[in-house]
Amino acid sequence: MKTLDRKLYRDLWRLKGQALAIALVIASGVMTLILAVTTLESLTGARDRFYTSHHYAELFVDLKRAPLGLLAQLQQLDGVNLIEPRVRAAVRLAVPGYGDPVRGQLLSLPDGRQPLLNHLHLKAGSLPEPGRDDQAVVSDAFAEAHGLAPGDRLEAIVNGRHTQLTISGIGLSPEYLYQVAPTDMMPDYRRYAVLWMNQRALAQAYGMEGAFNSLTLTLQAGASEADVIDALDLALARYGAIGAQTRHDQQSHRFIEEELNQQRITATVLPAIFLTVSAFLLNVVMGRIIQTQREQLAVLKAFGYRDTELARHYGLLAGAIVLLGWAVGVVLGGWAASGLAGVYREYFRFPEMQFGVPLWALALSLLVTLLAALAGTWHAVWRAVGRPPAEAMRPPAPHRFRRSWLESLVPAALLGNEGRIVLRNLARHPLKAAFSVVGIALSAGLLVIGAYQLAAVDKMIDQQYRQVLQMDMELTFNEPTPARAAGELRHLPGVLAVESWRRVPVTLIHGHRHYRTSLLGMAQEPGMRQVLDGQGRPQRLPESGVMLTRHLAEQLDVQVGDTLEVAVMEGRRQRLSLPLTALVDEPLGVGAYLQLGALNALMHEGPAISGAWLLVDRERTAELNAALWELPGVASIGLLTEAEQGIRDYMDETLLMVAVIFVGIASSIAFGVIYNNARIAFAERARELATLQVLGYKRAEVARILLGEIALLTLAAIPLGWAIGVFFSHLLNRAFTHDLFRIPLVFTPHTFGFAAAGVLVASLLVAALVFRRLGRLDKIRVLKAVE
Amino acid sequence: MDDTAEVVFHARGLKRFYQMGEVTIQALRGIDLELRAGELVVMLGASGSGKSTLLNILGGLDSPSEGTLTYFPRRSDGAHERLGLDLATASQRELTNFRRHHVGFVFQFYNLISSLTARENVAVVTDISRHPLPPEEALALVGLEHRLDHFPSQLSGGEQQRVAIARAVAKQPEVLLCDEPTGALDFQTGIRVLEVLERINRETGTTVAIITHNEVIGDMADRIIRLRDGRVEHWQANAQRRLPQELRW
Repeated sequence: MKTLDRKLYRDLWRLKGQALAIALVIASGVMTLILAVTTLESLTGARDRFYTSHHYAELFVDLKRAPLGLLAQLQQLDGVNLIEPRVRAAVRLAVPGYGDPVRGQLLSLPDGRQPLLNHLHLKAGSLPEPGRDDQAVVSDAFAEAHGLAPGDRLEAIVNGRHTQLTISGIGLSPEYLYQVAPTDMMPDYRRYAVLWMNQRALAQAYGMEGAFNSLTLTLQAGASEADVIDALDLALARYGAIGAQTRHDQQSHRFIEEELNQQRITATVLPAIFLTVSAFLLNVVMGRIIQTQREQLAVLKAFGYRDTELARHYGLLAGAIVLLGWAVGVVLGGWAASGLAGVYREYFRFPEMQFGVPLWALALSLLVTLLAALAGTWHAVWRAVGRPPAEAMRPPAPHRFRRSWLESLVPAALLGNEGRIVLRNLARHPLKAAFSVVGIALSAGLLVIGAYQLAAVDKMIDQQYRQVLQMDMELTFNEPTPARAAGELRHLPGVLAVESWRRVPVTLIHGHRHYRTSLLGMAQEPGMRQVLDGQGRPQRLPESGVMLTRHLAEQLDVQVGDTLEVAVMEGRRQRLSLPLTALVDEPLGVGAYLQLGALNALMHEGPAISGAWLLVDRERTAELNAALWELPGVASIGLLTEAEQGIRDYMDETLLMVAVIFVGIASSIAFGVIYNNARIAFAERARELATLQVLGYKRAEVARILLGEIALLTLAAIPLGWAIGVFFSHLLNRAFTHDLFRIPLVFTPHTFGFAAAGVLVASLLVAALVFRRLGRLDKIRVLKAVE
Repeated sequence: MDDTAEVVFHARGLKRFYQMGEVTIQALRGIDLELRAGELVVMLGASGSGKSTLLNILGGLDSPSEGTLTYFPRRSDGAHERLGLDLATASQRELTNFRRHHVGFVFQFYNLISSLTARENVAVVTDISRHPLPPEEALALVGLEHRLDHFPSQLSGGEQQRVAIARAVAKQPEVLLCDEPTGALDFQTGIRVLEVLERINRETGTTVAIITHNEVIGDMADRIIRLRDGRVEHWQANAQRRLPQELRW
């Protein structure tokens, strides 16, 4: 087979343009697969290793206050393995030289040693020395954001008391891989910190001597998580526990899970689309390559080459293209994954993150690619090889043409000869034309998905921060406070308006479904925190009953008019029955809303509030921050504008990269399909085109036949591409919907324009290449050659 | 060539129909013939007479719709098998093997593979043959030993056809089937190609069948078979073969 193999190399070289275009499409599919799988592997691996090596707890309980003596009893509960009490407190910090308020979470460590659960990974310095009450370990992201090092000092307010803290170490905990403040959606490393102090010191500062307000546990092998939770809840209810939480309820863990889920979807959906397109392209292209070689094929058969030998020959041709695409895809995928891993490393801050393309991913992508190639070429090769040689050697009968119905759509005078040729060519092979249209449409669809994601995320942030959350600042108090505190806030410098709110942790129950969240009591017509209906219009809060985020209502399977059971996790821990009065549409988080007065009444309390929203004068923030620092009753201060900026920065960083990859891939597919189509059309028509040129047609006139076809196919593909894009966006949208956030399904003219422009640019590029090739067409040789 | 030479092909009542759209074309309407070992046969006929169809069927490129066609391969002792291969009923696999080991083809339009050089075009066949000549030797046989590494596009029409002949004889076939071998060539070049075919027939004893519409070429044959309208109209034996260089048209 030596000589046939040489033919293979030369054929490949001759087809290099087309081969490259197909290889590029395959590379795109492989790249997304490698990218997603590699990222998934390295994230999962890093997370699991960190969780294991640092003893990440399995259950978490927050409570008001319980005596340490209770532990012995809790340890006896069935299924409990390790159990560790701690003190947990909100903290406000001032970093020297930094004006904005910083909020944080303060956690206790057993004096002078690592905790049993949730070990700290120390990046610098050490744990607080035993007996020291002024030392703390700070979270590494916060330290990095402010350039803090062991020995640096911070001012803190814990439980309303000012203290000076010295940084003893910089650390990282499996519990706070993803460090985000309770009301934020994205990490804001400059304004949110996690700190660890000695138990004795923190207990003293927080009034928790001999007591704890937080528990972490692990389960015995085989223990039922639900049973342990029930037992804990029962045992701890009277100590003000709001219910044991699993890892899944932990924000950090939850967010990483969602991120991994997203990668999993990416790892399946996108490569599937790309590889389908490549299989389809290979089919079309191989079919036509073989068509142009049918005479050679017949000769080889005449000499006694076996069908299997010829099938192998063309199979290898396809295989070489596919392998090239695969190799390029692996390299690009590895490159993109290492880029993305850099972003994630910064983001999740795993102490170590091994990055490498797993062998099984290489094998899997190769297998999937080869299968796609097989699906794409098998038919074309086998059909050609199976034909009796004599038939293949007879000159093909002149193609049968007839007037197409397409012609009747255009006035004859407008159409011209070139137009007629274009339409008849398309009409003669409607299936081929349809395939090309679908191929181009798929790439247009991918462009729609890419553009949609960018626009939708932008819209989501707009909705959340421009429509739903209109306050500049959110203050949370240490504990429920008389409503008159709000009036005092109004007199602080720079405060333009104040709106107070009350938040009560609850479990919502409907049938067998339940969800842990909080009731948010607000003014009847909240000004700074809107509850929007489906059309984005602000709604009034009802006199009685609650409103729920639509997504939460769906999760609980409850409809407007139904009654919800509400288990209050605070104070007297009543059980309430509240009617669902309306649904709230909001993109981020979920919640239950009612009037502040109604909530106070349900809680059997006077007018109490948990915090307040402020509108502030931007010119006077420094003054305001200084004044707030003197208000020890404020447990935390959230800055909304800064939070929004944080999200936008993050989106710019990650989504933009994803979008760029997406657009690159989609364009390469569009180019691959259109280019192959044009090249094949060119080869098939070379004789016709040469004849026209010999007859005196100008190059531009002849070009119109080919370019007209490209233009027609592209124009037909664009609307179909939009439809495909909308369809897939719908699917992705549903796949990415969860209680952390819901991306709105919005399509702007921009999205469609962008997709159309992408495909048109690819077409224009191909048109230019075709036009150039037409200039190099050797008319005499083409005409003399035998068809 | 005498009548006692052994029969290589034996055909009776060969018919071939083609369905072209709604029209049935009767390419062969019942052909009886024998080809004998070592003879040079010229089949004459106008276009549409069925000569290409006949050649395709003899070469195992096509199968008859009706009739029998037996091929008697040569044994290693030089004699021919008594029990031949029925090409009319042979499977595709048997036909492939038949083409692979027994027949050489020369086509009107050379049908070289444009991406391969002269030497490689011959090697395409020698790669799969049992007792091939080296490609260089086969090309020397047709006078192209100095053009070994030229691509078809760098060769003249006559040279291309000689490469095609070299390719056909390189496997040392028992039968050489030539479909209008001079059809695309000028007179001078055509004569050179015929000289090559004549010499191969004479020196190697290969049975050669040439189909052409050129009457003059008939003069170099042992026998002439005239086809018309899918039937053998007439066949004649030449008492004396003329040398190609004596032919004029």
